[in-house]
Amino acid sequence: MKLLKLVPDDTNIKFLKLRVPFFVLSLVLIFGSWAAVLVNGLNFGVDFAGGQEVRMTFEEREQAPVASLRELVGGLGYGEPVVQEFGGPQTVSIRVALPEGAEDTPGAATAIGEKVIAAIAKEYPDVRTDGNDTVSGKVAGEFRDQAILALLAAMAAVSIFIWVRFEWQFGVGAMFALVHDVSVTVGLFALTQMEFSLQIVAAILAIIGYSLNDTVVVYDRIRENLKKFRKMPMAELLDLSVNETLSRTVMTSLSLFLALIPLLIFGPPSLFGMVAAITTGLFIGAYSSIYMAGPLLIWMGVTSNSFVPTEGAIERQEKVARGEV
Amino acid sequence: MLEFPLWKKLWLWGLTLAASVLALPSLFNVSGLDWPASLPNPQVNLGLDLAGGSHLLLEAKADEIRVQRLENMEETVRQLMRNAKPRIRIGDVSTGEGRMSFMLDSPADIDRARGLLEPVMQGANLTRDWDLAVVDGQRIVLTPTNSGIEAALDTAMESATEVVRRRIDELGTREPTIIRQGATRIVVQVPGLEDPDALKSLLGKTAQLEFKLVDLNALPENVAAGIAPPGSQVFPYAPGSPMEGRFEAVRRLGGIRGDNLTDAKAGVDPNTNQNVVNITFDAQGGAKFAKLTRENVGKPFAIILDGQVLSAPNINEPILGGSAQISGNFTAESANELAIALNSGALPVPLQVIEERTVGPDLGADSIRKGLLAMAIGSFAVIALMIATYGRFGIYATVALVFNVLMLLGLMALGNFTLTLPGIAGFVITIGAAVDANVLINERIREERKRGRKVVAAVEAGYKEAGRAIYDANATNFISGVALFAFGSGPVKGFAVVLVVGLFTSVFTGVTLTRMWVAGWLRKTRPNDINI
Repeated sequence: MKLLKLVPDDTNIKFLKLRVPFFVLSLVLIFGSWAAVLVNGLNFGVDFAGGQEVRMTFEEREQAPVASLRELVGGLGYGEPVVQEFGGPQTVSIRVALPEGAEDTPGAATAIGEKVIAAIAKEYPDVRTDGNDTVSGKVAGEFRDQAILALLAAMAAVSIFIWVRFEWQFGVGAMFALVHDVSVTVGLFALTQMEFSLQIVAAILAIIGYSLNDTVVVYDRIRENLKKFRKMPMAELLDLSVNETLSRTVMTSLSLFLALIPLLIFGPPSLFGMVAAITTGLFIGAYSSIYMAGPLLIWMGVTSNSFVPTEGAIERQEKVARGEV
Repeated sequence: MLEFPLWKKLWLWGLTLAASVLALPSLFNVSGLDWPASLPNPQVNLGLDLAGGSHLLLEAKADEIRVQRLENMEETVRQLMRNAKPRIRIGDVSTGEGRMSFMLDSPADIDRARGLLEPVMQGANLTRDWDLAVVDGQRIVLTPTNSGIEAALDTAMESATEVVRRRIDELGTREPTIIRQGATRIVVQVPGLEDPDALKSLLGKTAQLEFKLVDLNALPENVAAGIAPPGSQVFPYAPGSPMEGRFEAVRRLGGIRGDNLTDAKAGVDPNTNQNVVNITFDAQGGAKFAKLTRENVGKPFAIILDGQVLSAPNINEPILGGSAQISGNFTAESANELAIALNSGALPVPLQVIEERTVGPDLGADSIRKGLLAMAIGSFAVIALMIATYGRFGIYATVALVFNVLMLLGLMALGNFTLTLPGIAGFVITIGAAVDANVLINERIREERKRGRKVVAAVEAGYKEAGRAIYDANATNFISGVALFAFGSGPVKGFAVVLVVGLFTSVFTGVTLTRMWVAGWLRKTRPNDINI
């Protein structure tokens, strides 16, 4: 049987030749994402903005009455609601933000939720309530703090791990790659105005893990090749390492992609945003492992001597062995 | 590395099969089959987003505890001074700005007053609940200490949690989870509860029932404006009462709290045909109530529930039997709700809902169905890719993948973990990512073969060299998984659990098990070439 080879045996793509333009592109992407967040803002869901979100299905109708729902809920005096189809024409999600100044009233969100559901149930007795989330301003604020803390902590912790397992330059490279991945993913949410919720932060944390997988595999090969080819110029060595691990990168990304696509198409609508974030993150992560994590090593002066113990270290080891320290 | 002694094989297979068997009850459950009742039945819990139900986060109004403690202290002080022999006369009592202060009529009493108060100032374990200061030789100022407030809050939350549990039990819902969280919060999760309104309204009732004498000296125009005369308080009438919109002034002290009830029942008054709640006092409460009514025949007293006046009937005769009737424009439901609330005891502190998440049962079942479908399609795609790319080694990877899913599910059942909607996404990601170890190993074997190594040496090098990257990559995933777990609320935690447990099972099945199988095959057939 002839086996499938997605990446031909002697692939030798000169990835690093274009390192400067691609690095500039990455920087543009990072700053562009930040700008998008600043200009567009993120479409925070109830988790982070507080307020109330209810999902309802109109089983007796072919199409949920989106326009009249908007009018009905808007008339309750809590401001303009966001009414969207959710997974199908019969199902809608209706989101009402916390009114101005209600951030400090813990019971406000729940009270709004009850009124909204009651008003809709009165107008459309056949409606089925699938789910209801109400989050007070206080809890939403805690979620925001926790999310930022978790993202920073995860990025710092994995970078420190890489630093300990490799060298400091690798830790910095990984950190930059992660900043890139997280920024671009968040930037995409700012651009598309897809709802940004707790699940999306969970997705980004998962991306941090998987994006680093790629980085670690490439770094591991770089470390191995640095010991093997002491004289090879750094750019050539990076290209060699990336090419040697390319078929693995393609295979793993593809298998993750194959697993995620059905979930994106056939999976529950509530998971769509999360799965979309992870799927995008997959590509962003693979890209950054090659064009962020790699070139930075050259510019931070990693050489084949980086993994050779310094004389001082050898002397100290000998002293330790003799029991002098 | 290709040496697998018999004991090691037995041990690996035993572990694999044992963990996989644990998944069977959950699989039976999902596919709608009956698991034999005689066998142990470990199950993966379904989160509320899959099973349907309500999640409520309640927060106590901690400020009310502070106010209440000051009021209680005022009552204690008055009683102590009055009962002192000879009596200590005090005046100018005030409980503002977070402390309580009063003036002694005679400075000579200062040491006696201190002596009487000292025992009340002590907290548990040599801490002080209150600080006592003397100002100008005649005024005593009592300030609650932080440790005292914390202790009081802690006690209040303990008993509030208990009250919440009793109230939910009275509703007859199945398997609620009620957990205290942090200093001032309680998490309530009730699976299968579709309409949480009844629950919320029940938990929102503090059920502080008070009987207080109406202050007949209060000026009606002041009362209507909500201004209380000294020593009195003004409460509004409850919504729905015929007196709604009006106020009643009652004497602040000397009333009775509804803590001393033994029973409360909803009923109908045969004379008026109104819904009422019949209450029975315990011995102590009955005696107090008898005393209050005996001494105030002909005067009105107000029945106050959670700061709202239900009614203010006249005391026609002393009520000595220890039971009473509360009327106040109830419907049958609201009378029953009040009876439940009174029976379960008053909440020592008012609670409010600060987060609510409710999922209907249909939606959860639909999510599971769609999730399983997506998982099945994804698995087939991944398996096809693996076998097409790595042939025999892809089959090993596939079998490992199946065991990985079974073991993951089994370990989650064993640990009684909760599977949530994002957890399903976690399963799918794990399926996609678990083969990474096999990809790394197989790619390395390919490379080593290409460099001309012999079959066994190439396979050995493949497992050895790839192992390092597998370890480092999974370690970083583990770190981000821990951050995810620490960050998450319920559903996101479910995602983290699947990812983290999945890391361990995927390394075990993808590296250790496949190595055992590959080694067995190599030893048996000793091939000169392998198709990889």
